[in-house]
Amino acid sequence: MQKKSNVFVKNKMFTILLILAVCIGLVAVFAPFIATHDPAAAVLTDALKAPSGDHWFGTDKLGRDLFSRVIYGTRVSVSASLILVACIFLVGSILGILAGYFGGWVDAVIMRIADMMIAFPGMVLAIAVAGILGPSITNAVIAITLVSWTKYARLARSLVLKMKNCDYVEAARVTGSTTIHILVKYMFPNVTPTLIITAATDIGSMMLELAGLSFLGFGARPPMAEWGLMLSEGRAYMQNAPWMMVFPGLAILIVVVIFNLLGDSLRDVLDPRDE
Amino acid sequence: MSIKKIGKRLLQIVIVLIGISFFTFMLTYLSPGDPVTSMYAATGMMPSEAVLEQTREELGLNNPFLVQYGNWLWGCLHGDFGTSYSLHKPVLDLLSMRLLPTLKLSLLSLVIMLAVAVPFGMLSAVYRGKPIDYLVRFFTFFGVSMPNFWVGLLLLYVVALKWKLVPVVSSGQGFNKIILPAVTLAFAMAAKYTRQVRTAVLEELGQDYVIGARARGEKESVILWRHVFPNALLPLVTMLGLSLGSLLGGTAVVEVIFSYPGLGNLAVTSITAMDYPMVQGYVLWIALIYMVINLLVDISYNYLDPRIREKR
Repeated sequence: MQKKSNVFVKNKMFTILLILAVCIGLVAVFAPFIATHDPAAAVLTDALKAPSGDHWFGTDKLGRDLFSRVIYGTRVSVSASLILVACIFLVGSILGILAGYFGGWVDAVIMRIADMMIAFPGMVLAIAVAGILGPSITNAVIAITLVSWTKYARLARSLVLKMKNCDYVEAARVTGSTTIHILVKYMFPNVTPTLIITAATDIGSMMLELAGLSFLGFGARPPMAEWGLMLSEGRAYMQNAPWMMVFPGLAILIVVVIFNLLGDSLRDVLDPRDE
Repeated sequence: MSIKKIGKRLLQIVIVLIGISFFTFMLTYLSPGDPVTSMYAATGMMPSEAVLEQTREELGLNNPFLVQYGNWLWGCLHGDFGTSYSLHKPVLDLLSMRLLPTLKLSLLSLVIMLAVAVPFGMLSAVYRGKPIDYLVRFFTFFGVSMPNFWVGLLLLYVVALKWKLVPVVSSGQGFNKIILPAVTLAFAMAAKYTRQVRTAVLEELGQDYVIGARARGEKESVILWRHVFPNALLPLVTMLGLSLGSLLGGTAVVEVIFSYPGLGNLAVTSITAMDYPMVQGYVLWIALIYMVINLLVDISYNYLDPRIREKR
């Protein structure tokens, strides 16, 4: 009885978090209907206004409405983070599957590169790559993907090694399935559940890394409404307009908390062994 | 760890260094920006194409990629990491000047972090399921979800601007300058480590030797401090080494916020100025330091944990 109610409570938690995450998605999609102002419209006479009835979160140095910018920022931050996690997931799992399935020199090359990436503080390389490629949100995604795929590759490789000699894979090979067919239809579906759990728990921290790069000026460029960039703009006006750095940070915190909790509870729901 | 194993690790370090340096060198080579143009732009000059071309020739930027890389690597092996494009000083001097402040910052933040994480982690484990445990876990959760640059900005606003306890910008190297960035760095780490300490202590508390000690009638405090504590701390040693390594490279964001004169700050300005010799030198040195620290941690682990020593 105890156990049953426990699972129920956990799933309820998951449901609530899922609804919250969907809400964040809806905010991003329906940003034009929620925002009270045009996020790019600069009204210089309204610059650095404190939060009020008209401007709920105040205005920034160019008189742009901060509330609208935070709302529109959801689009950039959330979609870029999801794309980033998807990129890491794809690159990592494909390389990991190839390394595990073919073994030999393919394995050696891929895993030595992975070792190299792990033997090195990721953020340094990400900053270097993003800085050298030139600042843009796409390059920030590329930079973080380059340094973060290794975790997924190792995981995928170990899973593939475990099952590549299973009878049903052997049977597929004997009945003449092509290698591509085996990789796509047998290997990939089998590694995805574990990797999806890892990816779900990673969304929050990836969001933080992206915002960090934008904050340093290696990600989103002005006038884009991105939370990390908005914080870095707010830094210069901290004394006169503290709201410029409070609200974007709060937005990051809320979204990261929700995605972190969602990732944890997804793991609990899908993988009850891990308690 | 046997001599042979250490030798193998050292060889691995060399290979990784060559790989990493090749990778960054290739990136700077492929990068769309032109370092020579930006170099002159920084001084406010608008030189003719002939002058630009001549500078490129002098810097060896017109050589084929492999020749450039080979020259650079050859220089590195002789202790010459090139000259910074923007600061016109040897890269090695600039880096070593910035290393000490970053090292101080990293070590102080580790100390602050341990001072918070160890007591709270143990408290949370010992009073598992009690209100204090939930409170600690609630705070650790927020700790890991807060962007550290935001924590830094808030601290700067509250402590420096509102309470005026420390100057917002100070040129000194004293405690005032270092405390806020150190607390910022410690913040997110403390949350992570509190969780680790909690898990480790919980795991040790469930071991048979704890039951044995209790059966012998030893006091709870003795069990906790004499038996559980040393065992629980062992896995933390590895993590601490990794953290120190990534701190040395990962303090960039915090250093920029507090205008702290460390390595990360230097790296960010160099990248923005397309100062490639600087960037290459930075990446190479951070990688070297990081891997040497990891090796030292692994070696020390051998001495801390007799079980590993016997197994080899």
